[in-house]
Amino acid sequence: MKQIICIGCPKGCHVQIDETTYECVGNACPRGAEYAKNELTDPRRTLTSTVVIEGAAIRRCPVKSDRPLPKAMVQDAAKALDEVRIEAPVNVGDVIVENILGTGCNIICARNIAKA
Amino acid sequence: MKNCYDLIVIGGGPAGLAAALSAYENGLTDILILERDQVPGGILNQCIHNGFGLHHFKEELTGPEYAGRFIDQLEGTSIELLCDCMVLEITDEKVIHAVSPKTGYLALEAKSIVLAMGCRERTRGAISIPGTRPAGVLTAGAAQRYVNIEGYMVGKKVVILGSGDIGLIMARRMTLEGAKVLACVEVMPYSGGLTRNIVQCLNDFDIPLYLSHTITEIRGKNRVEGVTVSQVDANRQPIPGTEIEFDCDTVLLSVGLIPENELSRQAGVPLDFRTNGPKVDENLQTEIEGIFACGNVLHVHDLVDYVSDESARAGKAAAAYVKGETAVGDYWNITAGDNLGYTVPQRVHRAADGVQIFFRVRRIFANSVIEVTCGDQLLAKFRREHMAPGEMERINIPKALLAKADGDITVTAKEA
Repeated sequence: MKQIICIGCPKGCHVQIDETTYECVGNACPRGAEYAKNELTDPRRTLTSTVVIEGAAIRRCPVKSDRPLPKAMVQDAAKALDEVRIEAPVNVGDVIVENILGTGCNIICARNIAKA
Repeated sequence: MKNCYDLIVIGGGPAGLAAALSAYENGLTDILILERDQVPGGILNQCIHNGFGLHHFKEELTGPEYAGRFIDQLEGTSIELLCDCMVLEITDEKVIHAVSPKTGYLALEAKSIVLAMGCRERTRGAISIPGTRPAGVLTAGAAQRYVNIEGYMVGKKVVILGSGDIGLIMARRMTLEGAKVLACVEVMPYSGGLTRNIVQCLNDFDIPLYLSHTITEIRGKNRVEGVTVSQVDANRQPIPGTEIEFDCDTVLLSVGLIPENELSRQAGVPLDFRTNGPKVDENLQTEIEGIFACGNVLHVHDLVDYVSDESARAGKAAAAYVKGETAVGDYWNITAGDNLGYTVPQRVHRAADGVQIFFRVRRIFANSVIEVTCGDQLLAKFRREHMAPGEMERINIPKALLAKADGDITVTAKEA
């Protein structure tokens, strides 16, 4: 048995998972079991960061991955965003980087920012 | 610009936006929001991480997205929003004095007011860390604004004091931006932040968390050069011989939030010394009729979803007040009993349609029970598997149970 703390919601269930059968106890909802299994097989995290925006009243635009990235690639993906420059206006959901580092995940805009 | 409104909301962050929209939905059309920043959304604009909205929108959003959902709803309503506007004073006659570059000096009359000014961070001065006074000691929220909005990196080698959520979030954020976070230091034997944030912000990046430790010296002439961290005993006194030295150029403080109530105090709104926010009833009405309070100005919340819900109730109550439908009659006081730090609200109308009570416990509880009593009479009982000071609790007392009370009400927590 391995203990995994679920990060699906603020409750933070302490899930006990069997490493071979993936049977779980201690999770308050099915998402806890799914999360614990993923942590053992393919851990992933949503990346949130910023990119440089020009032509706006603010200097950084918040962005996020449209789905969770492999955990091991989160830091590399954040680094890749250092080079990205975008131009206002942008809207929530606009794709900023397609298929980042070949993960199949897109980086999308997380704030409506008008042209200054 | 006109100078009289049915409702004026002070603050255009999550609390103010939700209160104004709710008042509008409940029949008020003559509403003004005053916001001191250049855009609405408040602190959410710099909280670029995700985890917002799980309760309210049933999906996981970032801060700017969550704020955006509310800002978008303003469109098509008659709610007026004045940004870049600093409120200087509120009088007990509900006159609001404010200044803005666009309008100059304003004296606005309001039939009702919602206080939604939020909170601010405790600083180094509030906790008296010994040592020199170099640059590089910032609150975590200030660093968050520099990094996420202004685009400045605040340091390369960081020690974080306090394990509140903002500190934990900034540990991850600084790491992703290329800084080395050496340690997160917490004076209490438990973290003040959510467990999920310990996992995804510290453990994911192998950042050590030192519980029962604190910074006992900051060194550096012009810029921070290092800190000394010491273990503390049960009375939070440093233990000699346990010193650990860290070479760092930055110290981020996440050592608590204080509701920002200068305006409330000026208006004569009575405050609760435990929450540092106004005393309110079940409708979030302060002890001055027609002045309501919600969000972090009332008490510090962990989740913006709860702020939105609470603020919607305040907005609805303000609308009812303007329409002359507000609850009247006598109150029962609600008291924080054993193991509770505070309760909100602090009193409830005897004839209220039930009451939702927020509180925090003073220490960590495993299997436990929350009891709501009135004298010797047990009104309600709630079980909890886990409670911690870092996690705000919520209970609902329905009208039928509240009606059984024949005196003041006490809420306590104990092991089951």
